[in-house]
Amino acid sequence: MAKIIDDETIENVCILAKLSLTDEAKEKAKQDMQKMLDYVEKLDELDTDGVEPLSHIFGDENVFREDVVTNGDNREAMLMNAPKEKEGQYQVPKTIG
Amino acid sequence: MKQYETVIGLEVHVELATKTKIFCGCSTEFGGAPNTHTCPVCTGMPGSLPVLNRQVVEFALKAGIAANCQINQYCKFDRKNYFYPDNPQNYQISQLYLPICHDGWVEIETSAGKKKVRIHEMHMEEDAGKLIHDEWEDCSLVDYNRSGVPLIEIVSEPDMRSSEEVIAYLEKLRCMMQYLGVSDCKLQEGSMRADVNLSVREVGSETFGTRTEMKNLNSFKAIARAIEGERERQIELIEEGRAVVQETRRWDDNKESSHAMRSKEDAKDYRYFPDPDLPPIHISDAWIDEIRSSQPELREEKQLRYQQEFELPAYDAGILTESRHLSELFEEVANLCGSPKKAANWFMGEVLRLTKDKGLDVEKVSFTPEHLSDLIQMVEKKEVSAQNAKKVFEKVFDEDIEPVSYIEEHGLKIVEDTGLLNDTLQKIMDENPGPLEELLGGKEKVFGFFVGKMMRELKGKASPDAVREAIVKEVEKRKNQ
Repeated sequence: MAKIIDDETIENVCILAKLSLTDEAKEKAKQDMQKMLDYVEKLDELDTDGVEPLSHIFGDENVFREDVVTNGDNREAMLMNAPKEKEGQYQVPKTIG
Repeated sequence: MKQYETVIGLEVHVELATKTKIFCGCSTEFGGAPNTHTCPVCTGMPGSLPVLNRQVVEFALKAGIAANCQINQYCKFDRKNYFYPDNPQNYQISQLYLPICHDGWVEIETSAGKKKVRIHEMHMEEDAGKLIHDEWEDCSLVDYNRSGVPLIEIVSEPDMRSSEEVIAYLEKLRCMMQYLGVSDCKLQEGSMRADVNLSVREVGSETFGTRTEMKNLNSFKAIARAIEGERERQIELIEEGRAVVQETRRWDDNKESSHAMRSKEDAKDYRYFPDPDLPPIHISDAWIDEIRSSQPELREEKQLRYQQEFELPAYDAGILTESRHLSELFEEVANLCGSPKKAANWFMGEVLRLTKDKGLDVEKVSFTPEHLSDLIQMVEKKEVSAQNAKKVFEKVFDEDIEPVSYIEEHGLKIVEDTGLLNDTLQKIMDENPGPLEELLGGKEKVFGFFVGKMMRELKGKASPDAVREAIVKEVEKRKNQ
């Protein structure tokens, strides 16, 4: 049996994801997540004894770049993505260190 | 009163001395105007693709090999998920499951002797941006220049028992990284940062107490104070029958106290998973061999060599090798002037004194080695007095002047010509008839008076020996007249 997504789990996921959901949305999310887990559980039927865990699906290894500066000052363009800007910096709600 | 033992483990972050960031071609230079070293990768724009800087792997391997670590020849990056404005991707790319290096050790020296501190692991990760609080608008401002700067995090085992051991361990790591050229490890600029994990237990106990983690320690002094403060706080709690809570605390060095940052309820749940954007790294035996054979001479080897090759005392060898930069300058001077002990004395005396007096960073000390070597040889040949040589060296130290011509031009060269000596002596004797009479009458005390007068008048152009000899001769002559 897959893990049951209960109210506590949904609360915890909301805290971690910094989301505040309405009760209705929470109920829907619960059902969606349950479906995902049930689906994943299907994979447990496979016999994976002796199969190495896989973290990357392509066989690539050692994709490197050399230590050479290729980017210049692109601040103006970068700050166009900022919701608010002040003195060349991204302005965000007060955050306590 | 029960006896308590402090148990300390460290997480040290070292910023690597690469030219570019870990996953993009932005500069890592310190002190740039805010956000001028940023791009879509290091600001976490959707669709951007990180590509690993090969130099980061090499530096991590160098550090790991120097710290006697095992290498995970197959390693990869993981995402550590958390929300904070200094972390634009909402995850930090780090290594959890397969860190590049593990199970090593370094040896530290304390007043109680040598001790091994085991290294649990070293992993590669990216630094976060910098947040500053804006009082005016009561908001925070973010600068992502530091976002994506490569770090290695060095995690020790809980092997340290005092602040003295902690400082010795940090100094050891700093020296090692500087010798390897892996990092400049400047605590003030944040290129070396330490988090302290500390617990206390009764002496003789085999189990560890509950530990706290302390952050925001940016000088060796602050670290020592924070360790003392936290030890006392925990002992007080235990003595009162209360429990130490496992939490992260922030040290305030001005107040000399700490406060809790995150409580247990908000326990860390980073939901690590392998980063799909970054293919795994396979470190071949050949790559490790190549790095092993290109490792520079580290401090301990250099100290031994100085004692054997230069026949220097262990004390001198210790001081001269504290900075790789200074030791290299010293070696050049020692080889040029052919007298390592004399060169060592100049470095331990004048070079370090001037560095300290002028508030200079020892890594910034720079002068042409030939200039000091020439000066040492001139003193040796009695062409300049030791006192004047020190004055001239200050000019070498500050402006890297050429000392041989400077000494000539400023008339500081010791003159062997007895004409000048005699003329000066005649003049001084004429000006001081009273003392002269006493001198001729055999009063030894006034001899020193004339030597002093002569030395002042000649401004070091004659050696004290030559002056004494001239006075003795003159006295004989006058007595016989």
